[in-house]
Amino acid sequence: MVKYEIKPQQKIGLGFGELVTYRELFFFFTWRDIKVKYKQTVLGFAWAILQPLLMMVIFTVFFGRALKINSENIPYPVYVFGGLIIWNIFSNGLTAAANSMVSNSNIIKKIYFPRLIIPISSVLVAFFDFIMAWFLLIVLLFYYHVQVNIPLFLLSTFVSVIFACLATFGPGCLLAALNVKYRDFRYVIPFLVQGLLFVTPVIYPYDMLQHNWAKFIIAFNPMTAPVELFHAALSNREPVYHLLYTSSISILVFLVGGVYYFRRTEAYFADLA
Amino acid sequence: MEPILEIKNISKKFKIDHEKNPYLSLREAISNFFVNFNTSHEDYWALRDVSFDVFPGETIGIIGKNGAGKSTLLKILSRITPPTKGKIIARGRIASLLEVGTGFHPELSGRENIFLNGSILGMKRKEIQNRFDEIVDFSGVEKFIDTPLKRYSSGMQLRLAFSVAAFLEPEILIIDEVLSVGDAEFQKKCMGKMEEVSVNEGRTVIFVSHNMGAVKKLCTKGILLKDGVLVEKGEMGEVAQKYLSAFEDPQNETDFNLSKFKNTLAYPTSIKVEDKNGNLLKTIPVGAQWQIRINFTIKEFTPHFLIGLGFKSMEDVQFRTIWTNAQDMAPGDYEVVLKENKVHYGVGKYKINLGFSSRLQNIYYAEDCFNIEFEDIGQDTIALRADAGLILNQMESLITKK
Repeated sequence: MVKYEIKPQQKIGLGFGELVTYRELFFFFTWRDIKVKYKQTVLGFAWAILQPLLMMVIFTVFFGRALKINSENIPYPVYVFGGLIIWNIFSNGLTAAANSMVSNSNIIKKIYFPRLIIPISSVLVAFFDFIMAWFLLIVLLFYYHVQVNIPLFLLSTFVSVIFACLATFGPGCLLAALNVKYRDFRYVIPFLVQGLLFVTPVIYPYDMLQHNWAKFIIAFNPMTAPVELFHAALSNREPVYHLLYTSSISILVFLVGGVYYFRRTEAYFADLA
Repeated sequence: MEPILEIKNISKKFKIDHEKNPYLSLREAISNFFVNFNTSHEDYWALRDVSFDVFPGETIGIIGKNGAGKSTLLKILSRITPPTKGKIIARGRIASLLEVGTGFHPELSGRENIFLNGSILGMKRKEIQNRFDEIVDFSGVEKFIDTPLKRYSSGMQLRLAFSVAAFLEPEILIIDEVLSVGDAEFQKKCMGKMEEVSVNEGRTVIFVSHNMGAVKKLCTKGILLKDGVLVEKGEMGEVAQKYLSAFEDPQNETDFNLSKFKNTLAYPTSIKVEDKNGNLLKTIPVGAQWQIRINFTIKEFTPHFLIGLGFKSMEDVQFRTIWTNAQDMAPGDYEVVLKENKVHYGVGKYKINLGFSSRLQNIYYAEDCFNIEFEDIGQDTIALRADAGLILNQMESLITKK
């Protein structure tokens, strides 16, 4: 027999038990978003690969060729593509998660389920795109004859993806909750994502930077850890450890803060959305 | 026996912003923070101290006029919005059909939407798979099951949506207004399914509808809400009686704003819809006598003056025109009462065109000047059948034996 109480909100937890009860919804929301994203497109899922590929071409032409940015010991296209597919988990995931509460408002107003499922599913969709693009990265590795340490590469793929998802999820929840209340964030998010790309070592290596303020931002940028880890594995070097530590602290702070704010405000989403 | 739902002193407060965006902007929030905390807010209690118990197997009808707090109560019960005060103890899964088809996505096929919708409504994937054929069968759209939903007609979408909902198996089922749409045949099918669920399977059902006929048929117990306060609970028949007698109270505010018409030779100053005793009516009970009272002003002498009213359905089919006797009019203020005691209209809203003419030339004309609404108050007349049509009246008739 299920027994529960409905009353004004008092204490705030993660609501983990409920997330487990409703676990099938993760699958359905993710599945719906993936299906809908590529519905009525001629190329379908190929867009998941084409998007980072086209960005890689642009960055290679402007930064690799024109500005001759050093890309450690691997070809610039591989360097930038590897960085971009990790970065896209963040940029796609954050944009989708931040808008998720508003775009699903018709469901939120009608049916109860743990609201956290929606932003988590948005991040899972971005993760799906990553998997597709990751296979293209393997092709690129062969094409450019890049030697990687295979077990290390697989391990760091795994770890960087987890870090990237967590780094997306915290700010995603925060922005999703804020967006319900203040629609201003709808306009802030694209700038935020574009701006952050340039203070994350995605298209250039960390040691290229000379200004201290830029180094400081990079150190506390949550996306630095996953991108740095992935780049290190691609170019077969040790990661810059102090960057991993500072960035991971930032991931944790955003994660706790974001989920806390989301849980504290979620009861009133239906009234505001 | 323990109640399956204990609703204890539930209150819900909303804040209303006056003449402002429904949602906040950051600038406003910041400026409000510095200026004053509660300048333009007004507290509105949608529910005040509502308490009642629901026992397993009961079917409870919640009735009340628009704005009485019915929907807010359902939203709290289905955990979409939290109460401001009070608590509810629930001893079973609740599923709500606040609006069927929630979560339907137009790009996905019928099949995909059944799974998505079922899952959002709380079904397990296995359950949906097991009942998939029954759901499709009930909906009657099997031919289009792999077509994207956006190519469905709205009727087909509704049928599919209701079919998924009909196969939910929670301990407590909350239903709101689902029967107000769809064609007559499908409505019958739905009513049958609801009866099956509540009577045969012994499920607890909480039902909200404006269709008094349906509420009386399905529910054994009733709750009457008025302005957020529970005014009556008990056997459905008694509660319904109370609701109907509330309808006989005089209504206010049926005056229509006509100031914009004041530049013609003749114009109306007020229009009122009343019952036979001259009390204002917001909605006309089907079967009762009613009248329209029009006050109007004539500016100068008008020969061969008459007033005409055109009745239209909401689909803009003009189905009836009535007019007054023609007469010559001197300037002044007048009143006319148009009484109706034979012809009734089916449940629903109607638009009325109002025209004044002199020698059959229009001197004043207002398209969709005002509306009248006929409401089902649960009396068993032929007029309550959904397929009875627009105009209902008895003809003089004589049956003789040959």
